[in-house]
Amino acid sequence: MNDNDLRLDGNAVGGLLGEIFQFEMTTAQTTCAGCGAIKTVAELMLYRHGMGAILRCAFCDQALMRITCIRGCYRLDLSGMSGLQVDADVH
Amino acid sequence: MAENFISRGFVSKRRVDDAAHKERIPPGQYETRDFPVLSAGPTPQTQLDRWTFSINGEIAEGLKLTWNEFLQLPSESITVDIHCVTKWTKLDTKWKGVAVETLLEKIDLEGNAEIKHLIAYAKGGYTTNIPLTDVLNKNAWVVYEYDGKPLTPEHGGPARLLVPHLYFWKSAKWIESFKLVKEDRPGFWESAGYHNYGDPWKEQRYAGD
Amino acid sequence: MSQLKWQFTTLVEAKWETPTVKTLVLDAPAWTGHKAGQHVDIRLTAEDGYQAQRSYSIASAPDDKNLSLTVERIEDGEVSPYLTDVLQTGERLELRGPIGGYFVWNSDQKKNNSQPLLLIAGGSGFVPLMAMIRHRANVGDNTPTRVLYSARSDEEIINREELEELASKDSALEIIYTLTRKQPKHWKGYHRRIDRQMIGEVAWTMKDNPLAFICGPTALVESAANLLQEIEYKSENIKTERFGPTGG
Repeated sequence: MNDNDLRLDGNAVGGLLGEIFQFEMTTAQTTCAGCGAIKTVAELMLYRHGMGAILRCAFCDQALMRITCIRGCYRLDLSGMSGLQVDADVH
Repeated sequence: MAENFISRGFVSKRRVDDAAHKERIPPGQYETRDFPVLSAGPTPQTQLDRWTFSINGEIAEGLKLTWNEFLQLPSESITVDIHCVTKWTKLDTKWKGVAVETLLEKIDLEGNAEIKHLIAYAKGGYTTNIPLTDVLNKNAWVVYEYDGKPLTPEHGGPARLLVPHLYFWKSAKWIESFKLVKEDRPGFWESAGYHNYGDPWKEQRYAGD
Repeated sequence: MSQLKWQFTTLVEAKWETPTVKTLVLDAPAWTGHKAGQHVDIRLTAEDGYQAQRSYSIASAPDDKNLSLTVERIEDGEVSPYLTDVLQTGERLELRGPIGGYFVWNSDQKKNNSQPLLLIAGGSGFVPLMAMIRHRANVGDNTPTRVLYSARSDEEIINREELEELASKDSALEIIYTLTRKQPKHWKGYHRRIDRQMIGEVAWTMKDNPLAFICGPTALVESAANLLQEIEYKSENIKTERFGPTGG
């Protein structure tokens, strides 16, 4: 196994984001605070396992979103992104 | 869902029920014979001639070692049980590496009694915090062999921290440096709701446990 | 309103597509419809409360009668062997969806010059692309479509009969296989991993304003996406969906 095998697209975390947000989040646009890249959540690199989910910039590996769900409480660390644009019409 | 739904015939494949080892399984854990890989980022492929390990922080003089210098240090072979907060426990894992105590002996900590915390930094921005007394008085190593072979990148190679008496996220993969500091700083998972200390025998999984 | 809820479905029919791939046809009374390319999360619950959750692509088109999933049995997997070997017709399965708004394709015949499609699949990564092909056929959309399907052997090609029947009736649909491990006698098609030359021969050029969907194991997806970028595809022309070893 190499590192590639552990990496998924942000698309795969749509179910988890759907638990937290009202709107379709895989098509939301993120701006990376590290390199400025603008990408949809679906295009971010996802590392997910039992501890939580980490979404990283495909260009610079900056962690844009860190999500844990602990005892019914979601915690989101979005400090790695400088912008998040969510379309309220897309369901 | 209100009703208690059960998927008929579904059982976890990962669990091993071996009554003989029961006393070695901390509360809420189950035994596995696999070695699951949990990664919070890309697996770095590090060339050994570029690898360095350093100790810095609020100390007069730090330390920086190359791979060859690191291998010259006295090493220990250890067999320990490891416990992941995602509930798997793996018994009798065999490692080889340098005791953290041996590394810290190279640092002049005299007169630095206020330094109480070790923050481990790993490639890719991962951090985790451990009380200094834990790595001095208990058992912690920087390991570079697993099961008699060089540690593979997906398990943290070339070298990772091993702190088996705490949940395994404290055993940072792809270790790069230790920062020795006076004030505690919660690391990558500790700041996301996981317990600051993480003793598996007290089941300290999450903040507040 | 769109927040995802877990819902119960019932298995009404199951059919092996290949020796390791099975289609599950579900009765899903709470299903609100989906787009081709979306996926669901499935959750299994053991008697002791242990739960395991995985994502699976939807195989049926939005306009098909039933919701269906096509699942590859991963030998040492935790969820897929349950779905293929244990779950019986009439039994309930808990899922939520549809999920994902990015890796989707909608027939839009109001657009005059719709983008020709390039659908690249590796193994069971073909499933969401099949949903697109079915949707395209169901609504009579004639968007020029090329499918490049990489499988280990011909017996591992999913939905082959249906696919070839659709292609035989539709000159705008071309299917190209590459069999990477084992080929039947007299096989004239590709028999190697997707490479630069193959992409050069199969892919639309950028002047066609194409839209590519790539789904499969991470290494195949990244390699195919890189090869398309070499022939000037921009990131807005390429949509990818990787699946990894956690898919078990």
